[in-house]
Amino acid sequence: MTKDSTGRKFRVIVAKPGLDGHDRGAKVVAAALRDAGFEVIYTGLHQTCDLIANAALQEDADAVCVSILSGAHMTIFPELLDLLKKKGMDDVLLCGGGIIPPDDAEALRHQGVGRLFGPGTDTRDIVRYLQEEIPRRRPRP
Amino acid sequence: MALADEVLRGSFHAIGKAISLVENGAPEGRDLLERLHARVGDSLRIGLTGPPGVGKSTAVDEMAAVLRARGEKVAVVAVDPTSPFSGGALLGDRIRMSKAAGAGDVFMRSMATRGESGGLARATQDAVDLLDASGRTFIFIETVGVGQSEIEVSRAADCVIVLLSPESGDGVQAMKSGLLEVADIVAINKADRGGADRLEHDLRTAFELGLRPRREIPILATQANAGIGIPELVATVEAFVFARKASGAFQERRRLGMEDRLRKIAEFLVQKDLWGGEGAPERVKEAAERVLRRENSPYGCARALIREALR
Ligand SMILES: Nc1nc2c(ncn2[C@@H]2O[C@H](COP(=O)(O)OP(=O)(O)OP(=O)(O)O)[C@@H](O)[C@H]2O)c(=O)[nH]1
Ligand SMILES: [Mg+2]
Repeated sequence: MTKDSTGRKFRVIVAKPGLDGHDRGAKVVAAALRDAGFEVIYTGLHQTCDLIANAALQEDADAVCVSILSGAHMTIFPELLDLLKKKGMDDVLLCGGGIIPPDDAEALRHQGVGRLFGPGTDTRDIVRYLQEEIPRRRPRP
Repeated sequence: MALADEVLRGSFHAIGKAISLVENGAPEGRDLLERLHARVGDSLRIGLTGPPGVGKSTAVDEMAAVLRARGEKVAVVAVDPTSPFSGGALLGDRIRMSKAAGAGDVFMRSMATRGESGGLARATQDAVDLLDASGRTFIFIETVGVGQSEIEVSRAADCVIVLLSPESGDGVQAMKSGLLEVADIVAINKADRGGADRLEHDLRTAFELGLRPRREIPILATQANAGIGIPELVATVEAFVFARKASGAFQERRRLGMEDRLRKIAEFLVQKDLWGGEGAPERVKEAAERVLRRENSPYGCARALIREALR
């Protein structure tokens, strides 16, 4: 389910930070989430971390999914995590996808980043993950 | 309630949460609206509608930039459709709003229609009220933009801008779509694409032919993605509002809009009590059986159901 008993729908930001211009993956995920009943806020290309965090705040997002193919994941994820915390969004899930080496993924997980999906992930896995993880982190309406 | 105070103080975090509460129909959301109602009414509400892709979000972003440079507190509520198949939605209006949104002091909220058909969501006006109470001075409402049944926005907004583009067809199509009937101002966007003069000519002819005989509808050319014509558009909105306030038409429209909204809310509440109240399913079942036993008529029973529900 993508809503709980209170009638709330899960709202997810799908963002594409940084300079690389490949947003196919992000679009595929956005469409899959919509088809699974999520309200997806798609922010488009070249987003700064600040823009993404502001969007999460104003949209009352339950999760922020970012796609990073540029190799900048070790700077972008920590920066975003920090911004979310600073703005009081400790309960907002930050996860993502891209080409991320296992060691980096492990390091990011320790910092508090959620699951990171590699290229070719079945979108159903992403959907299932969010459906389980969001209510765990944000049980309230 | 702490959240109400936070909203009044203008906290974006609190406003974001508060909008979710009213959007989800949570009791906390209704409490919030009760607590804040005396602080609602000072903001100016500007509606934008027009066919998909005509440049509504881009124009809002540029107008917001003009206004915030002047120190106005701007908010945007942009509505996109909910998929009737999945119940999900892809909300894409932020893509074109990085100028204003990037400034960090413009509040921008995407909203899915969640089954409403009039171009706005049920909670759009509630969200606008919350933003108003939070001290936002200009609130833009961007509709779904299907070009049909845009009547809702003309009730929710003090001024409606209809965006058209040379690509979206000729003046006859614009007339057919019914969009022009809700227009207070028309902006011909994508003026760089050519054909804008032709469209403007068509529209002026249409207006002269008596589509809206009692009022002059300003028609402007804009090029939203370059900010061209946007300061003029803002000035036209303000001139419109100024004139309407002077003539009393501004308040009159707000009253009509509120009448409409009250009817909708009342119907909603009655329906909720009728079909969602305690023992409602049993009462309906009993009533149906009474009709089938020829003890009462369908209308008589329906009236009795309403009486019972409202008790
Ligand atoms: N050539 C040209 N392109 C424009 C102009 N204004 C906006 N655009 C482009 O038109 C496209 C759609 O703009 P949006 O602002 O997203 O349009 P919209 O009406 O909000 O679209 P929906 O919300 O999807 O209905 C974008 O690629 C804009 O950059 C303009 O004046 N000229
Ligand atoms: Mg738009």
